Amino acid sequence: MTSVTGEQAVETGAVVPVGRRSLVPVVGAIAFAVVAALIGLLVGPVHLGLGAIAREALSHVPLLHVQSDMSSTDKAILWQLRAPRVVLGLLVGGMLALAGGSYQGVFRNPLVDPYLLGVAAGAGLGATLAIAYGGGTVDSYDLLPLAAFVGAAAGVACSTVLGHAGGGSRNPAGLVLAGVTVVAFLTAIQTFVQQQHTQSLQEVYSWILGRLGTAGWHDVALAAPYILISSAGLIAHRRVLDVLAVGDDEAASLGINVRRTRLAVVAFATIGTAAAVAVSGLIGFVGIIVPHTIRLAIGSSYRIVLPLSLLVGGGFLVLADVIARTVVSPAELPIGVVTAFFGAPFFAIVLRSSRSFS
Amino acid sequence: MSGFTITDLSVKLGGTEILHSVDATVGSGEWIALIGPNGAGKSTLLRSVAGLCSYEGSIEIDGREVSEWSRRETARRIAFVPQAPLLPPEMRVRDYVMLGRTPHIGEFAAEGVSDHEAVDRAMRRLDLGALAERRLRTLSGGEQQRAVLARTLAQDAPILLLDEPTNALDIGRQQQVLELVSLLRSQGDLTVVSAMHDLTLAAQYADRLLLLAQGRLVAAGAPHEIATEALVATHYGANVRVVGEGGALAVVPVRRSG
Repeated sequence: MTSVTGEQAVETGAVVPVGRRSLVPVVGAIAFAVVAALIGLLVGPVHLGLGAIAREALSHVPLLHVQSDMSSTDKAILWQLRAPRVVLGLLVGGMLALAGGSYQGVFRNPLVDPYLLGVAAGAGLGATLAIAYGGGTVDSYDLLPLAAFVGAAAGVACSTVLGHAGGGSRNPAGLVLAGVTVVAFLTAIQTFVQQQHTQSLQEVYSWILGRLGTAGWHDVALAAPYILISSAGLIAHRRVLDVLAVGDDEAASLGINVRRTRLAVVAFATIGTAAAVAVSGLIGFVGIIVPHTIRLAIGSSYRIVLPLSLLVGGGFLVLADVIARTVVSPAELPIGVVTAFFGAPFFAIVLRSSRSFS
Repeated sequence: MSGFTITDLSVKLGGTEILHSVDATVGSGEWIALIGPNGAGKSTLLRSVAGLCSYEGSIEIDGREVSEWSRRETARRIAFVPQAPLLPPEMRVRDYVMLGRTPHIGEFAAEGVSDHEAVDRAMRRLDLGALAERRLRTLSGGEQQRAVLARTLAQDAPILLLDEPTNALDIGRQQQVLELVSLLRSQGDLTVVSAMHDLTLAAQYADRLLLLAQGRLVAAGAPHEIATEALVATHYGANVRVVGEGGALAVVPVRRSG
């Protein structure tokens, strides 16, 4: 009996658990992120060869005795300009895509992005206040990320409180509506402050469009702990998010504490996104395109979507940044413009091709 | 095997009392059909037993109150299928059946060998082997119903609660699903409670019928005692004839005029 079932399984390819199915895509996504990072290190106004970068990197590994032939200027370009930018791109892109995928799962809504519950509006208000009132007196490099982070977290906290007052724990739509309300309110205040301080308009605007241009190791150190912790927290919930796909009642009847799970996922996604936004501004589209492309190309299980979003999102943002700093070189495009300009048509193509399959 | 005892159960939803002081005992291995007109409280009774809404009174399973169990403990004892289960369209059948193992897998752990075995067993019993890698949206209505039943079997819970299991199925599929539940019950020592609209099917398949009306339990007993012309006329306001008996008992609507 068992052997017959086993043969049938082999013939129809029936017994392939999710874990094994995901091996090839995960290896592919790691390769994509690595290649994107290398392109990010190689491309720029100053040519640095792949061999030179490899020798320079290996020269820092003890006991290998590899000699670097890079000039000190090239070393500075590699380690102080390009490397932190690439690392920050990986972190921010991965975080935005992972948070977007998690939000879509926890709200069972394919159109939500990590900015849904007020992260962007809150960060925007915080940043605007910092630029408008803090720019002259305090070094805004220190104040801006902190203000954006606090604003983002406060925005989501308002939405969550308001959503629960409206029965949001039982009904995710209540939380989403609360988010819409909070976003509208915070955006109104932000616009008001901006209008009162027209001299800071340019700076606020460039922050809103997102940038990795000023990235240094300082920014990486600021954002990395939050991003790493919340990524780990979200990826740990990947199987539970699959269970939530059957609806709150059925998920509860399968033993999931739905309310606690939703709060935990929103909290992790918010902390990570707030940290990403604090150092890079509002980079749009990554949280929607990356998880959806993975769903359409590989599968909808969050056990695959979440880890791949982290890897592909990181690689995607590094490549977008390469484009942002090369097409109008020596000037730079805001990276949010690039992600939207290339992301939207790309997403349309993916959507079209997947429709013809189904 | 498990049965349960309901004592003085009342449920309020949004300030309105949906169930009033219901008492009932469900024996281990029994199949009980909950019948009653729309809005009688059948679904609410099932949801209370599944621990999905708060209640006053008592629901005891194995001598312990349902509301005292954690979600996971409840899920190991009770499998619940709502009226219209939500089937994620892109999910593969085998992954969907694996969701039934959720209460047996640690919250952040991966499934183990015993989980895969339980899923294989459930899929074999419902003849789903060939459909394992298909996406749920590609299945027919009957196949989807089998996938849902396989998920509840994989849950390995001794009590199965079904809310309108034959809803939206044609007469042949209705019979197939109920025969299947009957077969699973006899093989697996399941206790089954199903809310049903079709009185004929309820009377033919269940051991006992519980008749709910306006949130109260108004009658309970063997099918031929409950599916009577008088009770149906009183509580459904319907004009019917009851013909045949046992597995051929039928409640036939009769036109009042002409």
